[in-house]
Amino acid sequence: MAARVITITSGKGGVGKTTTTANVGVALALLGKRVVCLDADIGLRNLDVVLGLENRIVYDVVDVIEGRCRLRQALIKDKRLPELLLLPASQKRDKSAVRSADLVKLCDDLRPDHDFVLIDSAAGIEEGFRTAIAPADEVVIVTNPEVSAVRDADRVVGLIEAAEKGPARLIVNRLKPGLVQRGDMLDTSDVLDILAIDLIGIVPEDESVLISTNRGNPAALDERSAAGIAFRNIARRLNGEDVPFETYRDEAGFFGRVARLFRRNGRVS
Amino acid sequence: MQSDGILIKGSREGLLITLGPDAWHNALASLEQRLAATPDFFKGARVALIVGPRILTEIDARAARDLLARHDVVLWGLIGDDPETQHVAAVLGFNVELPKRDHETPPRPIAQPIESPTARSTEPAAHDDPDAGLIARRTLRSGQALRHPGSITVIGDVNPGAEIVAGGDVVVWGRLRGIVHAGAMGDESAVVCALDLQPTQLRIAQHIARSPEDRRRKPTPEIARVRDGKIVAESWEMK
Repeated sequence: MAARVITITSGKGGVGKTTTTANVGVALALLGKRVVCLDADIGLRNLDVVLGLENRIVYDVVDVIEGRCRLRQALIKDKRLPELLLLPASQKRDKSAVRSADLVKLCDDLRPDHDFVLIDSAAGIEEGFRTAIAPADEVVIVTNPEVSAVRDADRVVGLIEAAEKGPARLIVNRLKPGLVQRGDMLDTSDVLDILAIDLIGIVPEDESVLISTNRGNPAALDERSAAGIAFRNIARRLNGEDVPFETYRDEAGFFGRVARLFRRNGRVS
Repeated sequence: MQSDGILIKGSREGLLITLGPDAWHNALASLEQRLAATPDFFKGARVALIVGPRILTEIDARAARDLLARHDVVLWGLIGDDPETQHVAAVLGFNVELPKRDHETPPRPIAQPIESPTARSTEPAAHDDPDAGLIARRTLRSGQALRHPGSITVIGDVNPGAEIVAGGDVVVWGRLRGIVHAGAMGDESAVVCALDLQPTQLRIAQHIARSPEDRRRKPTPEIARVRDGKIVAESWEMK
């Protein structure tokens, strides 16, 4: 079976592309899928850090492309999930070291033995972005519920349509339900109103993501993390399952805490 | 239609300007007159020049590029019939042919065609008339622009960061939230209408207006026009 190549991109930087790639990769591997996470952000590699695999890197994607090692040698097996592989970016080179044709060939070599290839794109709309979408069968856009991130995402949707890689699907990351309820943050419907593309996930703001990212232990491994559950649901939707979208409410108050306690007990039983 | 032989059309990629059969320097002089006459319309445009069978040298092509650059216009294509001209254009890094999808109007009908066969056969002729309307059946996203000397109809949304510049009217069957300029060649009678008129900036001829700040309101179809030297928007009501 041939792998689906999915590029994860955003336009604006810092919205959570790498965190999303790592967590969706982990979640797909938890479903038993054979996944390769490919870091295409050459020169600013950090997917390996988020996955906690930095200390295992010997070769990187540029080494493969320039023939210094075989593809198999550069693939790093995850320490927790045997189905998950990482192909790290090079830290010493820049975007010009990898051309679109190189990445297309690389992905074609990966396709036969895997189910998913997730490409973590560079931010922006320049060369790094264009290279990252070249091999894609599908594109997922990550945005935050902020006007500037949505504006950039809209630009990227247009570019992906022009490159005939569309229609892209959308992940709204770092939603703060409390702010939305007070009308101080864009709601998912406001974002969809402008972008008019299919939604594949809503990830709430969750401190556990920051902590787990710093520890190299993606939140998707944590069954109690709200963001982790959201990432697992995204993986199931990518896998073709029909999973209803989560609704988030602010549970900061006393009643919220009580409600949450009850719900957690409910899940255990 | 002016008698200098210059034909201007809008397309997905930018403006297509067909030059008349005059000698090159005369053709460029006519082009310069056009650029100078309606600077608002051309400012920031991307242009492909269609030069026909004439043979151009590198100096000729550079002259065209520099002339356009002086008017803040980017030359992206130089389309000629002669292989020598094509070679020169390629050397200078211009596109030498038009993309296949150069017309906005998609070829597939969305419903059963109801017009008579004779009406359909006149359709290509309408395309060649630069004053005819341009129909875009898609959403214009941030960074995308449509520019056409006639009127422009968009069936879809115009998102913030997108831009429409028309010599005539602009009709948006959807939400208009980008920048729109109607009557960009100086026509004050031009109008802008949309199902939800919330442009970042709205211009008609030389007049400029911004949308009022109150964002949360019920969208209603509106029409904007120039009245007594000011742009006014009125809600559209069926009489």
